[in-house]
Amino acid sequence: MTAFGKLVRTTAFRLTLVYLFLFALFAASLLGFFAWNTRRLITEQITTTVNAEIGEIADIYARRGLHGLVITIENRALRPGANLYLVTTPAGMAVAGNVGSLAAGVMGTSGWSETAYRRLDDQDTADHRALVRVTELSSGFRLLVGRDLEERRRLLGIVAKAAQWSLLIVVVLGLGGGVFVARRVLYRIDAMTGTTQRIMAGDLSGRLPVGRSGDELDRLAENLNAMLERIEALMMGLKEVSDNIAHDLKTPLTRLRNRAEDALAKSSNEAEYRAALERTIEESDGLIRTFNALLMIARAESGQARDNMDDFDAAAVANGIHELYEPLAEDDGMTLRVKTMPAPLHGNRELISQALANLVENAIKYGKPAPAAQPLGADAVAGAAKEIMIEAQRDGDRVLLSVTDHGPGIPVADRGHAVERFVRLEASRTQPGSGLGLSLASAVATLHGGELRLGDAEPGLRATLALPALVGDVGDRLAAQLPDVSQKVA
Amino acid sequence: MTATDPQMRLLIIEDDRESADYLVKAFREVGYIADLAGDGEEGLALADTGDYDVLVIDRMLPKRDGLSLIGSLREKGNRTPALILSALGQVDDRIKGLRAGGDDYLPKPYSFAELLARVEVLSRRHGGPAEETTYRVGDLELDRLSHRVARGKDELTLQPREFRLLEYLMKHAGQVVTRTMLLENVWDYHFDPQTNVIDVHISRLRSKIDKGFERPLLHTIRGAGYMIRDGIR
Repeated sequence: MTAFGKLVRTTAFRLTLVYLFLFALFAASLLGFFAWNTRRLITEQITTTVNAEIGEIADIYARRGLHGLVITIENRALRPGANLYLVTTPAGMAVAGNVGSLAAGVMGTSGWSETAYRRLDDQDTADHRALVRVTELSSGFRLLVGRDLEERRRLLGIVAKAAQWSLLIVVVLGLGGGVFVARRVLYRIDAMTGTTQRIMAGDLSGRLPVGRSGDELDRLAENLNAMLERIEALMMGLKEVSDNIAHDLKTPLTRLRNRAEDALAKSSNEAEYRAALERTIEESDGLIRTFNALLMIARAESGQARDNMDDFDAAAVANGIHELYEPLAEDDGMTLRVKTMPAPLHGNRELISQALANLVENAIKYGKPAPAAQPLGADAVAGAAKEIMIEAQRDGDRVLLSVTDHGPGIPVADRGHAVERFVRLEASRTQPGSGLGLSLASAVATLHGGELRLGDAEPGLRATLALPALVGDVGDRLAAQLPDVSQKVA
Repeated sequence: MTATDPQMRLLIIEDDRESADYLVKAFREVGYIADLAGDGEEGLALADTGDYDVLVIDRMLPKRDGLSLIGSLREKGNRTPALILSALGQVDDRIKGLRAGGDDYLPKPYSFAELLARVEVLSRRHGGPAEETTYRVGDLELDRLSHRVARGKDELTLQPREFRLLEYLMKHAGQVVTRTMLLENVWDYHFDPQTNVIDVHISRLRSKIDKGFERPLLHTIRGAGYMIRDGIR
């Protein structure tokens, strides 16, 4: 498409054409009305003057006879800018006046008519036009009084000229304005199109130019930019996941393969084969778990898990998880406690339960006090140190689901890092686990518009899921329904 | 692990030839009659005959997907229990599957032991007796109405959750119950704990019902799960 063709096809230009037509129509009708009214006024003025003069002259004729009439006519005809006068005998002979010639038959009919005429003293031979009235005086004499229409014609000429000019100006300005506006819009749209093409070609970091005017195009560009931001974040997340899968799943896969190969080469009896196969199944189960966790994180992060959200009490979740893990903790020589108050929220109960379960599992795994930090014989201290506390509480507009242990904790410098996928802090490398627990908890919190906070329990770790509380009627009703779990200390 | 008599008839609807053959072979080995359909239309036609005790349906099938297959079966009033196998293992997919009329949902990859345990439970549910108020295994007795549990003459005191755990195990006495099934049915969680949290609950329960008695009733089935049963089979 040529540049001009593109310009002409823009919405702005087409709109300009429509406006141009409307304005031209408006100007034309305005001038038309003006012209028509002026003409009417002038004609009215002429008729009034002529009627008055005929009245006067007829009066003079009645009082002073033909002689008076002729003198009056001659006098009046000599005035500068005089009207037209003509008096004829009943036979049609001119007696007095300033009219040289008339269109045929005008004198013969009484009343108003428009006619071509020539004055007696005219030098040129051109005809003029006049509006005249003919009356019959008594005794058969006829009187014509009229006025030249030159003035009216000139005025209409001026109006016509004005119409032409204004039309020309409207068209020129309109077209110019249209081209200007269309080009401006086209320029910005072209800039946007260029950027989007670059983005489509794979450069997701590109952003649309945003002007300072804050007009509709700027708002559009801002929104598109926000959308691009989101897409880029999602793409980055996806890339990160695939990178992590490639990196961290290949290691256990290699281990799996090596073991199988090793068993095939070295095992000599059934028991050895069996043991190797069992290890293989164990290892692949671990892989499946890691894979599921990764998918779940990706899903939570991309916001797909927004279905299946309902209103429930975080206290119930805390009690449920406590109930599930309490025996496990006890087996590990720790005490799992729970403390709750009504904390209604809106979310995916399953995901929040899993996030809390992950935090509890972490606390059981890593929350044991470091042996060196435990003074010998300090049983009371050790008792408190082996306690893990699950808490559900409402703090203003937040619901806090926290798990506190009294283990070594996570150093401040490592806290941001600990949430990332597959990160297993130095202290935990020897323990089983995929390194996804905290990332999942963090992704779940983000999905619900909250966050995962890692704090210091001095000593120990306090991991808190801070989620938006359910406020208003529903929250109060939910809180009222569940008084049995409130303030329960197990 | 044996199938309930008379022989269980199973229809496997799965388009991946290798997994399908593996399933058919594995089910036949434990004494089932297993038929195979390779796509949704064929599966629907076979399932329509109503000759089967349980349907095992892959969710993504050529010609007609698993959910719509179940939907149209249910529309016709065919209530054969259906277990959905799916690579989509997330909670919301699961809910979708169950809403479409499926009776159970197992994400891939799964272990055969898990699948077998679930199929057995489904078939029992389908043709089994109405819910009883008292379950008995050997000299262990559980009253579902009064929440009383006794072994022989000894009254046992169970925590509410232990009671529900035992109730589920006894409801499926003689059948293998996997850890995931317990987590789903007793605790209503559908995630996969990284720890042996269920084992600890089982060992607590075991210490209450089996400790001090000559014959253990609660057995661990290696590589599969748990089973409550009387006597050695």
